[in-house]
Amino acid sequence: MTQRERNWLLLAPAAAWFFVMLILPLSFVFVFSFGERGDAGGYVPAFTFEQYANLPARFAAFKNTLILAPLGTLAAMLIAYPLAYQLAVRTDPKWRLILLVLVIVPFWTSILIRSYAWLFILGGQGIPRLLDFIGIEDVRLIYTPFAVLIGIIYGYLPLMVFPIYVALDRLDKRLLEASADLGARPMTTFFRVTLPMSIPGMATGCMLVFILLMGEFLIPALLGGGKVFFVGNALVDLFLQSRNWAFGSAVAMMLIVVMLVTVTVYMRLIARLNTQRDDDVALM
Amino acid sequence: MTDNNGYISKRKFMEELRRYEKGSVTRRHFLGVTGLGAATAVMGTAIPGLRPSPALAASDIGDRVILATWPNYHDPENFEIFTDQTGAFTQVNVFGSNEEMLAKLQAGGSGWDVFVPTNYTITTYVSEDLIEPLDLSKLPNYDPAAFDSRFAAAGTVDGVVYAVPKNWGTTGLAVNSKHEGGNAIDSWKAFFDRTMDDFSGRTMVHDYQLTTIGNALKYFGYSFNSIDEGELAKAEKLLIDAKPHLFAISSDYQPAMRSGDAWLTMCWTGDGKQMNSDMPEIRFTLGKEGGELWSDFYAIPKGAPHREAAYALINFLLDPQVNSREVLAHGYPSADARTDALLPKEILNDPILYPAKDLLDALEFGAAATLTDPNRAELMARFKSA
Repeated sequence: MTQRERNWLLLAPAAAWFFVMLILPLSFVFVFSFGERGDAGGYVPAFTFEQYANLPARFAAFKNTLILAPLGTLAAMLIAYPLAYQLAVRTDPKWRLILLVLVIVPFWTSILIRSYAWLFILGGQGIPRLLDFIGIEDVRLIYTPFAVLIGIIYGYLPLMVFPIYVALDRLDKRLLEASADLGARPMTTFFRVTLPMSIPGMATGCMLVFILLMGEFLIPALLGGGKVFFVGNALVDLFLQSRNWAFGSAVAMMLIVVMLVTVTVYMRLIARLNTQRDDDVALM
Repeated sequence: MTDNNGYISKRKFMEELRRYEKGSVTRRHFLGVTGLGAATAVMGTAIPGLRPSPALAASDIGDRVILATWPNYHDPENFEIFTDQTGAFTQVNVFGSNEEMLAKLQAGGSGWDVFVPTNYTITTYVSEDLIEPLDLSKLPNYDPAAFDSRFAAAGTVDGVVYAVPKNWGTTGLAVNSKHEGGNAIDSWKAFFDRTMDDFSGRTMVHDYQLTTIGNALKYFGYSFNSIDEGELAKAEKLLIDAKPHLFAISSDYQPAMRSGDAWLTMCWTGDGKQMNSDMPEIRFTLGKEGGELWSDFYAIPKGAPHREAAYALINFLLDPQVNSREVLAHGYPSADARTDALLPKEILNDPILYPAKDLLDALEFGAAATLTDPNRAELMARFKSA
């Protein structure tokens, strides 16, 4: 067996997996998106662009998703960064493992159960009741876009913390010493050395969270009280309620296109930031 | 040896598990978003040791029967008895909506033996060839004469019996009377008008096009089932105007009503009864203009893997003794006069379960076209994303 054949053989399981679990189902979705809805729902073969022409009917769902997903990603990053920094740079190594485990612990329980818990925390008998005690009355938290944002940040925070933590942990501490030796103040060192060096971690975290958020449906359904409607919710309703598989497939294809575009733009942006950083480093 | 050292018998464990399931599945909405029903079904098969073992198989109907049904809709004790009598274990899959059930059957390979369709879905199941005509000789406990034909009729399509009646109920409204200010809400007109007034931010509507759009249509006095474009447009305007005043669009209204976050909601009979029993200030009533009347059935899907067991289970559940225990457990009225004869007076006289005749007569059964109408589905999506 040549090296080449061995390589192919080793790749075979992954290739088979991708074909059966990704290419095949996606082809069905693609074909369905040109079909029609049966009288009682489901799919009837056809070749029409009608489903794509109907896409504006879900414009609001795309709009909501494209507002809350980046917002949630950004908020998660702003909260995750100081936490990851603390863990990677400031924490005594003997505590680090325990603290890291504490970040993962919530993942041991289903996101569904944890989101349901927020239903009670944000509900009238939860935080608003506590606020009532200190004189802030009639605060409505549950079933608002704010509640959805809280749920999103809470649910996805660990996915953001870890890539940033890894980037900061790997950071060569000698660079920080060099920066200090050359007379940079800690703030300058952070913004000129630490932050640029952790961009890949932030980029990975943002990508992970953003992509998952674009398909999110559970948190808006539970914490948004059905009033915050994401593309994910539109898809659930189209497949499980109105059983319009053809239109649902077109919406799914559109979501893939939107993701491809946003992720490509984002990658370009990050690549540019990275070259800029390299230039900066070269200048130093 | 005593078992006071924390030991819990298999049977006891199953009872606790069922109780837990019961508590956790009062929420149709919860089920709608999770498919928890499928999870409990998997759990049931994954731990075969937990299944009560039959004393001795009395017949050869196989070792199991798979039932697709609604939350809180059976007396678990009855399933234990069925297992003891026949050796077949009942595996229960709980669903959140008829659409979801239909979607599962349309996709194929559901593996169900018995399911519980609502009146307006049966003609669709027949035209899609998803439902088995029933062999009534295998259902000796089904006595057509004993059933109120109003609730049994939808089970028969073109003279063929496809489904036999389970229970029936209504869709009305539940209101926390503490906040009504002496001015009772008793119509869909008042429901929406007060939502946009003194109940602003306190009202819930179902996450279900059939009832939410249907009741908005009743506001104008139109049919609950209307698919007329002009009438739907008016209902849509009403819903979108009311949306900023809604607490939530969710069929999981019990927790919010109980906690006091929500004061007013669209409500099914059983939920109304449960809330009213625990908190008498929560009142259930039907809209004066009318609304929905529904009837659930037992049916067998095409290709049921355990057909004989399916017949045995339906026949068992139609036994008036068994059926009366079911009614006592879930609180939905039965259409069977033989079952009613075994029920206590308080239940038969309960106005929530058995509304006054004039209110009842104003109600409409949901129609098949209402369920499958694409315009209503789109209207609901526009309402939710507005």
